[in-house]
Amino acid sequence: MCLAIPGKIQSIDTIHNGMVRMAKVSFGGIIKEASLEMLPAADIGDYVLVHVGVAISKIDEAEAAKTFEYLKEIGEIDELIEHTQVDKN
Amino acid sequence: MKFINEYRDASVVKEYISELHRITTRPWTIMEVCGGQTHSLVKNGIIGLLPDNITMVHGPGCPVCVTPLHLIDKAVYLAMERNVILCSYGDMIRVPGSKNSLLEAKANGADVRILYSPLEAVTLAKQNPDKEVVFFAVGFETTAPANALSVLHAKREGIKNYSILTSHVLVPPAIEAIVNDQTNIVQGFLAAGHVCTIMGIGDYYPLVEKNKLPIVITGFEPVDLLQGITMLIKQLENGENKLENQYSRVVKPEGNPEAVKVIEQVFEITHRDWRGIGEIPYSGYEVRKELEAYNANVKFDIQLEKAEESPDCIAGEILRGIKKPNQCPQFGKRCTPLNPLGAPMVSSEGACAAYYHFSNVDVLV
Amino acid sequence: MDANIKMQLSCPMPKFDFDTINLGHGSGGVLTHKLLSSGVFDVLKNDQLNQKHDGAIFDLKGQLSFSTDSYVVNPIFFPGGDIGELAINGTVNDLAMCGAMAKYLSLAFIIEEGLRMETFWQILDSIKKCCDKAGVQVVTGDTKVVEKGKGDQIFINTSGIGLVHEHGRIGLSSIQKGDVLIVSGNLAAHGIAIMSKREGLEFETDIVSDTTNLNFTVEKLLNKFGLDIHFLRDATRGGLASVLNEIAKDGSQGIDIRQIDIPIEEQVSGACEMLGLDPLYVANEGVFILVVKKEIAKEVLDFLKNDENGKMASIMGSITDQHIGQVILESSIGGKRVVNMLPGEQLPRIC
Repeated sequence: MCLAIPGKIQSIDTIHNGMVRMAKVSFGGIIKEASLEMLPAADIGDYVLVHVGVAISKIDEAEAAKTFEYLKEIGEIDELIEHTQVDKN
Repeated sequence: MKFINEYRDASVVKEYISELHRITTRPWTIMEVCGGQTHSLVKNGIIGLLPDNITMVHGPGCPVCVTPLHLIDKAVYLAMERNVILCSYGDMIRVPGSKNSLLEAKANGADVRILYSPLEAVTLAKQNPDKEVVFFAVGFETTAPANALSVLHAKREGIKNYSILTSHVLVPPAIEAIVNDQTNIVQGFLAAGHVCTIMGIGDYYPLVEKNKLPIVITGFEPVDLLQGITMLIKQLENGENKLENQYSRVVKPEGNPEAVKVIEQVFEITHRDWRGIGEIPYSGYEVRKELEAYNANVKFDIQLEKAEESPDCIAGEILRGIKKPNQCPQFGKRCTPLNPLGAPMVSSEGACAAYYHFSNVDVLV
Repeated sequence: MDANIKMQLSCPMPKFDFDTINLGHGSGGVLTHKLLSSGVFDVLKNDQLNQKHDGAIFDLKGQLSFSTDSYVVNPIFFPGGDIGELAINGTVNDLAMCGAMAKYLSLAFIIEEGLRMETFWQILDSIKKCCDKAGVQVVTGDTKVVEKGKGDQIFINTSGIGLVHEHGRIGLSSIQKGDVLIVSGNLAAHGIAIMSKREGLEFETDIVSDTTNLNFTVEKLLNKFGLDIHFLRDATRGGLASVLNEIAKDGSQGIDIRQIDIPIEEQVSGACEMLGLDPLYVANEGVFILVVKKEIAKEVLDFLKNDENGKMASIMGSITDQHIGQVILESSIGGKRVVNMLPGEQLPRIC
């Protein structure tokens, strides 16, 4: 039961006398409401992960980029290892 | 779509596949825990791209699949005999109980509604004060906060005609049960990324240390899965056993403390029956005693005979990764999505349905 | 009145002394006469219908094609169209997929007691507009009314007769190994337009149903390419995947397709993600699949792209003698998977 997709917060409303924050979240142009009750620090412009109508996490852009740096890193380490082995020979 | 498309990039996938072919020198058996990960692996045809040395076995991370027969029977009973508005997530509707599924109950006149969110069920209860509304609260830890929140909303608004029928299961005890089983063949795990988004990663350190097993917390898109598999294989090849977090863009080590608070307000940990596996201690959630007015099990005092599973369904072996769906003698013959013998064939998250829909035994898998 | 109902009626509604349709209107007596004469016949008037026979009588020379379909969509008004439009375009298109130009249609209503006259009139107006656009006439019909709770506002059946194109030899038996598969446009818009209304999704730009008549497009294709167009089918209920499986299973062929070559608009794709739907199985109303001789595929594609109904056309795959009866898709990341028949209603995934 884990389908959660990332969307961008477009606007935030409060209901029940300011107790509950509901956001309009845009998923590539589709707008759906999500509860922000579990992300008190989330703000307009943030990307959040939404699961069954509730935002569960804010997406960390710096961490997101790491997936694409990982290959580069291991590529460099592998090269280093190869060079070391060549040197040994 | 941002934060989705990049993780489906074909050229990045190709690079990871090359890297895997380069580093895999020995046969390894690894398990992805979550049904969403199984679905993605099979739907994108990733398994066929992996080096032959890597065997993927598919874990029990499909809460629909592991919901015991008698709970489905309870939901069907409530819908058909107690005149409630029975609300459920979509994937639960077609799973057969011992007699009917919720979809069949609906066709027979029961008021069964498919909802996107449990919060909608609370609204429904408000709009229908003369009827009882029951939400079939199925899920892993990912879904627990939303299900819990629905109870808190109902309580806050004084809504008395709302309750949940809980079928919540927890991942770490399931991994523990698999690892401790004598027949276990799994050497490393891809842990469920969204579960960890809520709960954090702390529960997995004891699993890694006690069992000397590598675990990588992994996402769901093709690039996520391939990076997770690469990280796991690297550890296995180097004889390491650490906990790593591939899905760090949404999984923080502490998880989501607000969500955990909400869960703890509504739920307590109990023993749970896992369909096909049996009882795993301390592996589920039930509504706390002080909130039992919102616990459908208590509210309706349902007395039903516990149903027996079909003797022909080998869900247990499938869910523990001991057998693959296409190794089941009934697969594709007596057991198909239109006529499922057990839940892994109905839920699109289930390994059997995923194989049935997306693979051709002769050609692809 | 439904806020979404278009107010530009081409035939303004006359003043009736009833607001809603009741059982009397379907009984064949005075009320029926009232409804038909100052309603249906007025809007749809043509020589045939004006005869007010029990059936239509006409001459039609040549090879004929005959098709029928029933329309039960809910909601009856949706972004981009209504049940009336579907009813006309659907049967016109079914005939087009047989290589035939629709000429005459029958039109039958089953109305649930209590339907507002304004609503019925709006649907009639849409039917008239679609008939005019497609160049067809409704020449016979029927109206029944059922008790409240025994219908779902309104059901419509249309049947149609058309003349088969002299160069048309559309059929499963015409398909050969090596033939190329073309899809005429963006997938899933209709199904998502319907679902979005039901699920309360909003869009930054509106997703509308793609319902339209395809008969003139098909006629032009057959004029130019004739017998090299081996097969046509529109991808309605069950979507692209269902059509491809029908071709594979009923035609005993193998099919290979590529995900990157299947056109889908980004917002529609996003909506499918959100709702947990696979766009391959979502209904379309203005998209069709062509199976054509390999040598003319590029030309057909260019031709379609110059047509209003084919701007987003794409070559998506081919017919093979491998894996007969199966449709294999190469995913956008290069992996392979089977595309199966849909087992029952597609349920939105939550996981």
